[in-house]
Amino acid sequence: MEKVIDIRHLNKSFGNHEVLRDVNFSVAKGEVVCLIGSSGSGKSTLLRCINLLETPTGGEIIYNGENILDKDHDVSKHRTHLGMVFQSFNLFNNHNVLKNCVVGQQKVLKRSKQEAEKNALKFLEIVGMDKYINAKPSQLSGGQKQRVAIARALSMDPDVMLFDEPTSALDPEMVGEVLKVMRRLADEGNTMLIVTHEMEFAKEVADRIVFMDKGVIVEEGPPSQVLVNPVHDRTKEFLKRTLK
Amino acid sequence: MSLESILSILEQNWPNYLKGAYITLLIAIFSTIIGALIGLFIGVMHTIPLRKKSFKSFLLKIVNFILSVYVEIFRGTPMIVQAMVVFYGIAAYGFVMDRFLAAILVVSLNTGAYMAEYVRGGIVSIEKGQYEAAEAIGMNHFQTMVHIILPQVIRNILPATGNQLIMNIKDSAVLSVISVTELFFVTKTIASINYKTADSYLIACVMYLIMTLTASQLLRLFEKKLDGPKDYNFQSDKKSA
Repeated sequence: MEKVIDIRHLNKSFGNHEVLRDVNFSVAKGEVVCLIGSSGSGKSTLLRCINLLETPTGGEIIYNGENILDKDHDVSKHRTHLGMVFQSFNLFNNHNVLKNCVVGQQKVLKRSKQEAEKNALKFLEIVGMDKYINAKPSQLSGGQKQRVAIARALSMDPDVMLFDEPTSALDPEMVGEVLKVMRRLADEGNTMLIVTHEMEFAKEVADRIVFMDKGVIVEEGPPSQVLVNPVHDRTKEFLKRTLK
Repeated sequence: MSLESILSILEQNWPNYLKGAYITLLIAIFSTIIGALIGLFIGVMHTIPLRKKSFKSFLLKIVNFILSVYVEIFRGTPMIVQAMVVFYGIAAYGFVMDRFLAAILVVSLNTGAYMAEYVRGGIVSIEKGQYEAAEAIGMNHFQTMVHIILPQVIRNILPATGNQLIMNIKDSAVLSVISVTELFFVTKTIASINYKTADSYLIACVMYLIMTLTASQLLRLFEKKLDGPKDYNFQSDKKSA
């Protein structure tokens, strides 16, 4: 299968603290990959390295055949190919729902207002937020905010969607509505990389599970293998703690 | 002091009082706007992320140093002294500046020095997530600032800008030292002719108060308008777009 993201020998440290150690990892087109592991294992950092919100200290990230860590690589352009959904939503506080999904298309992709709004509305409808286009972020619940954030990312028509613990900051009753949207995106064949603690969800939608611990990938494979019959002791231990 | 005497002063001098108040307002409003723009510029310059060692970052450091010196000088000296130094300083080089323009220059520079700190604080206080979200959809630093960060900063520093406007309405009185015909200067002239000092100044006092109260009310209205309606329409006409 065609590799969209190919990470080779990636290292990242904050000062003396090594967060990622010699990580090798790839994502194929149309694949849904879930990154699991306890907090501090480096899974969020790995995700943030892919769109360069964190700058790796060593290794290579090949995106569609190009090394994005090359000095003259256009970082802003690279980021438009990746849709990012944050744990804390990060909707633009000064814009309403529609403008949140439009501003990037207009200013970065240079789309016309009309085209951008049409596209935004398409995705707002998919996430079920098309009735709230005039609302400001402060007027929405957490689940609603996250669904708008997903629509904002999709509006840029990215090749890959990155989710950084998208449901961790939500009240339990709002987790479902966000996972439902994500499930739909997975079913539609989107390439998705998801950092999550939702094991049931991961088991259901992931093509592949990657378990990380202390900055290294310990084990990876289909959910039936990693989540049901893990090989490694550290994976077993982690699953015992989380799947009670 | 009597009502009669106040009324008679008003009767004889109301056009002058109004002209003085008009000049005061002009100076205060223009200087606050120009000062806010200066402050915005400095605040933005001070928060440009520096990328390693390059010629650009070296240049930026020098510019920022000069800007810091300006801020410290204008925050650290009385405006009345600045007015004298600027006006007579320039005059010493044989160039006599228009007094009104000199007044706007001094009050603007003074306001800019204060606003720079408000803006810097405003930029720093915007949560990191706003920058990350903007960068994640491919915006560069400039686009992030213009479309995402500064609109929020401007909203946040509006109350401080309002304060500054009110201070400028009052403090422009010190410009009488360079004979700008604002309200205080006009009042001084009137009082020196009629010798009714207390009454003449009481009128000025009320006029200052009317201006500052109106300014603060207008600003509050403006803030409310910026915040938009508290409720929002579920069904919007844009849906069919």
